[in-house]
Amino acid sequence: MSGNVGTLQVKTTTTDGAPVVNVHGEVDMQTSPRLRLLLLELAAKLGGPLLIDLSGVTYMDSSGVGTMVYVKREVERAGRRLVLMGLQPRVRSVLEITHLDKFFTIVRNISEVAAS
Amino acid sequence: MNATAVLQLELTSNPRQLPRLRQRVGRWIVAQGWTEPQVGELVLALDEAVTNVIRHAYENRPHQRIMVCAEPIVDPRAGEGLEIRVRDFGRQVDPAQIQGRNLDDVRPGGLGVHIMRAMTNAVEYHPAEGGGMLVIMRKFKSHTAGVGARVTEGR
Repeated sequence: MSGNVGTLQVKTTTTDGAPVVNVHGEVDMQTSPRLRLLLLELAAKLGGPLLIDLSGVTYMDSSGVGTMVYVKREVERAGRRLVLMGLQPRVRSVLEITHLDKFFTIVRNISEVAAS
Repeated sequence: MNATAVLQLELTSNPRQLPRLRQRVGRWIVAQGWTEPQVGELVLALDEAVTNVIRHAYENRPHQRIMVCAEPIVDPRAGEGLEIRVRDFGRQVDPAQIQGRNLDDVRPGGLGVHIMRAMTNAVEYHPAEGGGMLVIMRKFKSHTAGVGARVTEGR
């Protein structure tokens, strides 16, 4: 499944047998509502933890951060985990500034998911 | 650096304009001699300010006016800096009431004000003459929030 959201693209790949949601582009007030819908749709379809690769996200503002908080809460309500992977330093710093770097499970790559 | 340069832009309250605004202002700030991380911080602060205007001052109504002005400044003690002003013509609020949520209360929303403050030296809110609000953000070249530079390791 894939979808274009303005300057944002979301697609699903398989890495080491696990489905991974890859997000590319900029996550802001314009793109985050559609991203939220796409992530929730994918969360309902994919099994196991929801692995979201953000290495292709070049920009994220508070709208994007809020979207990730919302999706994490919904995924956990369904008894599953959400794991963020491959954050660019700029995106990671936004999570740190908002004190959310400890709220999310963040790993560098899929090999760290099992230990997270 | 052209110390007299002033950037003035007018846009409408359509979120689709945000990427172009970020690009346009970012290029202008680069030309003023700021470092790449600082450019990212200033652009993020501006993005948050305009997003707040669209969301709160105009309550997501499109086609409303937003004016953006960026201007180099010099402070006797802090040195060279940049002042960004965002003017809207929407709902006026008491500046004392503008504050982000408690960061320990994890939920979507309420983070823009925190980010603006972290990205700059100062953020001021003023009721504007004739209606609306004026947001003034100042950042000096000695200031960095470390966006893009603080942490590169996963955990």
